Amino acid sequence: MGKSKAVNSGGKKPMGRRMKEFVVDFGRQWELQSMILPGVVFMIIFCYIPIYGLTIAFKHYTVIDTLDSAPWVGLENFRIILEDKFFWESVVNTLAISFLKLGIGFVIPIILAIMIYEVSNKRFKRFVQTISYLPHFLSWIVLGGMLITWLSTTGLFNQILLWLGIISQPTNILLDPSKYWWIATLSDIWKEAGWGTILYLAVMATIDPTYYEAAKIDGASRLRQIWHITIPNMRMIISLNLILTISGLLGSNLDQTLVLMNSQNRSHAEVINSYVYRMGMTQGDFSYATAVGLGVSIVSVILLVVANKITSKLNDNQSVL
Amino acid sequence: MNTKTIRGDLDSRIFNAVNIFLLTIFTIIIILPLWNVVISSFTSGKALADGGFALWPKEFSLENYRAVFREDMIYNAFFISVAKTVVGVVTHVFFCAMVAYGLSKSYVRGRKLYMAMGVITMFFSGGMIPTYLLIKSLGLLNSFWVYIIPALLSFYDVIILMNFFRGVPSSLEESAKIDGLGDWRIFLYIFIPLSLPALATIALFNGVSQWNDFMTTKLYINDKSLYPLQMMLYEIIVQSQTKNMQNIGGSYVIETTTKGVQLATIVITTVPIVVIYPLLQRYFISGMMLGAVKG
Repeated sequence: MGKSKAVNSGGKKPMGRRMKEFVVDFGRQWELQSMILPGVVFMIIFCYIPIYGLTIAFKHYTVIDTLDSAPWVGLENFRIILEDKFFWESVVNTLAISFLKLGIGFVIPIILAIMIYEVSNKRFKRFVQTISYLPHFLSWIVLGGMLITWLSTTGLFNQILLWLGIISQPTNILLDPSKYWWIATLSDIWKEAGWGTILYLAVMATIDPTYYEAAKIDGASRLRQIWHITIPNMRMIISLNLILTISGLLGSNLDQTLVLMNSQNRSHAEVINSYVYRMGMTQGDFSYATAVGLGVSIVSVILLVVANKITSKLNDNQSVL
Repeated sequence: MNTKTIRGDLDSRIFNAVNIFLLTIFTIIIILPLWNVVISSFTSGKALADGGFALWPKEFSLENYRAVFREDMIYNAFFISVAKTVVGVVTHVFFCAMVAYGLSKSYVRGRKLYMAMGVITMFFSGGMIPTYLLIKSLGLLNSFWVYIIPALLSFYDVIILMNFFRGVPSSLEESAKIDGLGDWRIFLYIFIPLSLPALATIALFNGVSQWNDFMTTKLYINDKSLYPLQMMLYEIIVQSQTKNMQNIGGSYVIETTTKGVQLATIVITTVPIVVIYPLLQRYFISGMMLGAVKG
């Protein structure tokens, strides 16, 4: 250990000498290197080769081609995207669901975390946390199966709506395209709202309790304490989450879509991810599907940068990323 | 002064009452549907056909479970789910820990390059189609190993473990070196036993995602004998959906018999998660903290 530290100081030594030192050190560290190199090989195969594989977005790839034999077509695939009305339909659905999730789903975990934080009874607090984290660990297939039963003609929701007198005839709600955006959003919130509190609660646990004591002496109500102490202390983590959410606006939940989508609600259920899946895996148009995926990730990176710029302006020029 | 504190107390008490009331409603919204699924799975098909919301089976029956267990498919699917979760978790945790241990030594030659390569994989990926083409050319389509090999490494987990290993006092390692132990032995006999809490956290999360994963099957597996529970459930759901659509306005009978099977399969698929949930809960708070160290 000491030996390798000693030789690591050369910046001005000649190139050949440095190479030799590197080889000698490498040989001495063969045990450590033999732990890391399998990981490096793994990354080259399973991460970097697929990244190189993105080049098929600029090619016309068919099943009989290899990656290299397929002819280049430049931006042809991207030009087709612009005229593809099914693609734009999926963009509209993705954005609609993402904005609904952002508008409703973003604040709920914050409010919920504050409510849980304000509970003084330890056992009740733990009970609420235990229950609310549970849905996060259910798979979308399981939840999708549940939703299909709840939304069916004899299901829970129809029973409630009938009982409340809102409807007179039960219908299968999942077959109604106009309700799909809400189903996707609300089921996602149901699943993830509780789990979303966990980071906020971790941050709140670090707030100095003397702030609250001082506020209490000054006669601040509980709501005022939340507004003037808790929320300002969570500003950083809220901004960080907001940035990540905004950069994920074009991403969507493929598992959720594949379970809940059917031939009746497709016009409102197809999102970009499932469209890539359909074009690539079902229709076999690999080049086009890759182009769609690549285009969307580029826009997502741009969104990330823009969101980071805006939130850092709001946070007195401190960047959270 | 006096009146002020009394008013403050009253405010606070109202706040508490409202808070607890709202949180109770929230927990009911989470529990009730889950409970309803469990109850319905133990209800006879006839009672299910009548519909209605129940907190207790109207007509207790095991017929749904009998129907599920009559299929040979479920035993195989259960075996595949367990096998891919166990093998996947063990290999994933070992592989990540091995790489993380190597990278936790700051004097390792080439470390900067390795780290850069790893961090890039956290933000960029080839996406669905290029990955599919790779898996295909590796001959992993319709192979059990497609569940295991591509899931071996997650650089996020590597960073968590690397930070954990760095927190272990270096004196332990130095004295082992004096005793003549090599890095592999130090890693296997000293660091792995010391890091069990961190390894358990990673294992539990990885286990849940292996158990819940169905995309891998959907993308790479056609062979039904390699279907895990999640995929089997997915097939049942898709089938019953199609039947539902053919039956619009028709009889509810078909809808409800498949419904019973579907509910029972949902419960069977979820039971393992609920069983390890208390363990998970113990670890995920510490897991979040481990993750937060990286900043």
